[in-house]
Amino acid sequence: MYDPVIGELVEELGRFPGVGPKSAQRIAYWVLDADAEEIEQLAKVLVEVKRRVKFCKVCGNVADDDLCRICRDENRDPTMICVVEESKDVIAIERTREFAGRYHVLGGAISPIDGIGPDDLRIHELLPRLADGQVREVIIATDPNLEGEATATYLTRLLADFDLEVTRPASGLPVGGDLEYADEVTLGRAMAARRSSAGKAGVE
Amino acid sequence: MPSYNDEGVVLRTHKLGEADRIVTILTRGNGRVRAVVKGVRRVGSRFGASCEPLSHIDVQLYEGRNLDRMTQAVIRRSYGTELAGDYPDWTAAIALAEVAERLTPVEREANLQQYLLLIGALRAICDDRRDANLVLDAFVLRSMAVAGWSASFHDCARCGAAGPWRSFQLASGGSVCDACRQYGATTPRPQTVALLGALLSGDWDEATTAGPQVRSEASGLVAAFLQWHSERGLRSWPLVERAGSV
Ligand SMILES: [Zn+2]
Ligand SMILES: [Zn+2]
Repeated sequence: MYDPVIGELVEELGRFPGVGPKSAQRIAYWVLDADAEEIEQLAKVLVEVKRRVKFCKVCGNVADDDLCRICRDENRDPTMICVVEESKDVIAIERTREFAGRYHVLGGAISPIDGIGPDDLRIHELLPRLADGQVREVIIATDPNLEGEATATYLTRLLADFDLEVTRPASGLPVGGDLEYADEVTLGRAMAARRSSAGKAGVE
Repeated sequence: MPSYNDEGVVLRTHKLGEADRIVTILTRGNGRVRAVVKGVRRVGSRFGASCEPLSHIDVQLYEGRNLDRMTQAVIRRSYGTELAGDYPDWTAAIALAEVAERLTPVEREANLQQYLLLIGALRAICDDRRDANLVLDAFVLRSMAVAGWSASFHDCARCGAAGPWRSFQLASGGSVCDACRQYGATTPRPQTVALLGALLSGDWDEATTAGPQVRSEASGLVAAFLQWHSERGLRSWPLVERAGSV
């Protein structure tokens, strides 16, 4: 249906999240019409971003240097760590402005059926961060689905030996969804009204 | 028959695109089916927890060329929610799902016995509070029997000579007599072979008397037996938390 050159472009564009076949075609023809310079600039940015992106040595968040923006920020509360599955969850929680501590990005959730166990996530990297006793609270904000829930169960058990409060965002986040899709108000409320992960009374 | 109703247990889910999922369901009447669920990862999706692993649901599916599409789902019971707070039990239950998937290789081929075994195993963990590891091992042995790979843990698996026998041979399907014994046969503890027999026949009183070493050896043989016949191991098996492994 397309000339092979265009067909290949449409196919590649169609792999972008949220881009269906129609949009892919529309973008492909936009590329054909655009100035060569414009396209070269776009291609350069893509290559550059992919080359420069790093992951924070401390928390695993996306970073442009050894440490991410949040770990570099001295105004962040060093007594709280919020554990999330992915970098995009950091952004979701940042948008709520309910959390001023630091993060720990696991890189996913425990999913035995996919062969992903605790050792495949950045769980070991969390423990040294708790060693000096400065952290008083760990908030486990994994996705509100069963893998997220089971990962939280695992972490809660692991952290039981540490002298700190382990909490979870209040229930109210609908089960089955991704954290990144929770709206700011709901997520903000859930973060503010945390509950103890051991099933005890709330923190506040 | 473009759309049909059934009940089933969600075995596994995959993320698809930005907000969709593909769910694999073992249904009561239509065997294992895979279906796309649109928008399920968005907040407020009407599907919510119904598409989570180990949910027992009533579904309406719309038949597609490759994958079906889920149009409605109502939860009967969410075994996943009940188990997610108990990590060892949850890992065992997820392994049940992977075994059920592995032993139903052909999609849309009704397998009522396998379905009932799965529901039975989930209830044994959640309701009867049976040891999840023993339930898993029993489930594998019985599911394999349903799939046509019945094991023998007493009489000789090859010639039927009355046992018990000391030798155990995976390729032959369990215990073997001295005459049938071939190169590579092993000699597990007699209590281990007795435990395997109890698990296969559902003798829980006998099974629960076994000590940790016997249970561990039995699990190893169950895993090897499954791997021998299904040609590869389960991804979840090494991640099942077994008593004493913490
Ligand atoms: Zn960082
Ligand atoms: Zn024999």
